[in-house]
Amino acid sequence: MAKRQSGVAGIWSDDEKILEAAAKMRDAGYKKFDAITPFPVHGMEEAVGIKRSGIPYVTFVAGVTGCCLGLYMQYWMSAVSWPINVGGKPMFSIPAFIPVTFEITILFAALFSVGAMFFLNGLPKVDPPIIDPDLTSHKFALWVPDDEVGYSVEKVEAFLKELGAEEVKRMAEY
Amino acid sequence: MMDRNPLILGDKTYKDITDDICEPLETVPGKQWMMMFFSAKSLLLFYLASVATILFTGMGLMGTNHPVAWGTDIVTFVFWIGIGHAGTLISAVLYLFRQKWRTSVARSAEAMTVFAVMTAGIFPLIHTGRPWLDFWLLPYPNQRGPLWVNFRSPLLWDVFAVSTYATVSIVFWYVGLVPDFATVRDRAKNKIRKKVYGILSLGWRGSTRNWSHYEMVYLLLAGLATPLVLSVHTIVSFDFAVASLPGWHTTIFPPYFVAGAIFSGFGMVVTLLTLVRIGFPKFKDYITIDHMEVMNKIIMCTGLLVGYAYCSELFIAWYSGVKYEQYAFINRALGPYWWSYWIMFSCNVFIPQIFWFRAARRSIPIMFVISIFVNIGMWFERFVITVTSLHRDFLPSNWGMYDWSIYDAAILFGSFGMFLTLFLLYLRAFPAISIAEVKPVLYVGKKKGGH
Repeated sequence: MAKRQSGVAGIWSDDEKILEAAAKMRDAGYKKFDAITPFPVHGMEEAVGIKRSGIPYVTFVAGVTGCCLGLYMQYWMSAVSWPINVGGKPMFSIPAFIPVTFEITILFAALFSVGAMFFLNGLPKVDPPIIDPDLTSHKFALWVPDDEVGYSVEKVEAFLKELGAEEVKRMAEY
Repeated sequence: MMDRNPLILGDKTYKDITDDICEPLETVPGKQWMMMFFSAKSLLLFYLASVATILFTGMGLMGTNHPVAWGTDIVTFVFWIGIGHAGTLISAVLYLFRQKWRTSVARSAEAMTVFAVMTAGIFPLIHTGRPWLDFWLLPYPNQRGPLWVNFRSPLLWDVFAVSTYATVSIVFWYVGLVPDFATVRDRAKNKIRKKVYGILSLGWRGSTRNWSHYEMVYLLLAGLATPLVLSVHTIVSFDFAVASLPGWHTTIFPPYFVAGAIFSGFGMVVTLLTLVRIGFPKFKDYITIDHMEVMNKIIMCTGLLVGYAYCSELFIAWYSGVKYEQYAFINRALGPYWWSYWIMFSCNVFIPQIFWFRAARRSIPIMFVISIFVNIGMWFERFVITVTSLHRDFLPSNWGMYDWSIYDAAILFGSFGMFLTLFLLYLRAFPAISIAEVKPVLYVGKKKGGH
């Protein structure tokens, strides 16, 4: 849950132009800036310089955990806690336990992946300030927070204008 | 390379897309929607009354009795679960195959999945006869031993499969909706509206770091939902296939059920989307005739798969040399329930063959009628499997007929009231086309390169 910061935002209305601008910003040495877009713009992750998301590791670990727990639950309930002979089948009848094990694997993997996404994205956010309401519809922004390397409001403003931002906004908190 | 048709018609900008898709949420419903909603809602009330009557009086009101102990409840459960499968197929499997056309129809198809699974889930709960004890289906620590559920039973596998499927479908659907809720929130002029959609959007912002995790989770959920959807109908088919009854005890059931589920689900998607296109004329630019045609091709293809399964069953019954199995199939086609078998065969195998003609695939009235036939046919498929196998098994002294009652009809038709009410409300409360997913495919098939 990132704390709120002050900073400067530049707004574009063309996704291709902001993509170029973001790449230039990255090449100019900016590290902490981010792009706010209404939809995932193809190539923006490279342009902003973000590494591949680590969520697949969470999915894998959660899936393996779900698989083991699911199988262990069935083993414990059917063969340890109260073993009941059903049709002469073994108490620990692995083939019959596969469907439930599989379902619990999927359930764990799915829920923990989504949970990890919410956690990493700091969701839910309560009443976050917004730069411009059109940023979830048809406008695009580059956002430079105040902890950016060598940050100064004037410098960033000038740079955003140079990159072709149609509008530059100072935000007290975002 | 062949030119492809644009996925989105008209000369749209990103803003037009937002405006068009948000319009049904921000305007007062028209007469058509009101009329449909009131009919659906009346049917829902009728359904609730019928279910309440059955619960208060007892299961004796319905036709299930010896030897047909599985009736409307199980048939209709399998029917609705099957409907749901097309939604997951469109949203997950086609996503993995990078089928860009899915973006326009995925949201509504997923909504259909969620509502169909909700509608389906009620039937086995009624079927237990004492629904107030349905929590016994879950393995929870109790004071009777603790006595655990039987994990060797396909019926218990079904509990886990369907509840996992419902959970993952709802989560998948909701994750897809989050950025669109943010769009609706930021457009809202009214305070309450802003608050409600603000809560639903969880404060989504759309920074690239957010999108990066988001897209990864979407891909992972698609990858998880794909084996899940196949497993669900496989496990539903185990309810039958693991039993030793002639007509049920066959290894073809899992793939046969999955193909049938996709077939019936696409039938329902076409039924609903033709109505959505009529109700919201602006959506015709997003859900184009090309989209409908692709789905009709899938209906024809899965219809042929289902037809292959029917024929294969007949062949294997003969080839097995087991006289009970042979009799089960002769009885299906020529016995007292011959009409249900031939309704199934004609609706599922013969009628969709019209889609070999391009003009039929692209005609809204024709596809609407055929999609209704597909739905009827697929309900009868489950009726044929369940009832004809049960009513004449091994010993003629154990034979009987299914005593279909007016209450069976009431809950079957009433369940459509529940499904349609939910779907109609969804059309007015949620963006019915994925705004954030449609925008990146705006330029597909158009001059400006595209992504």
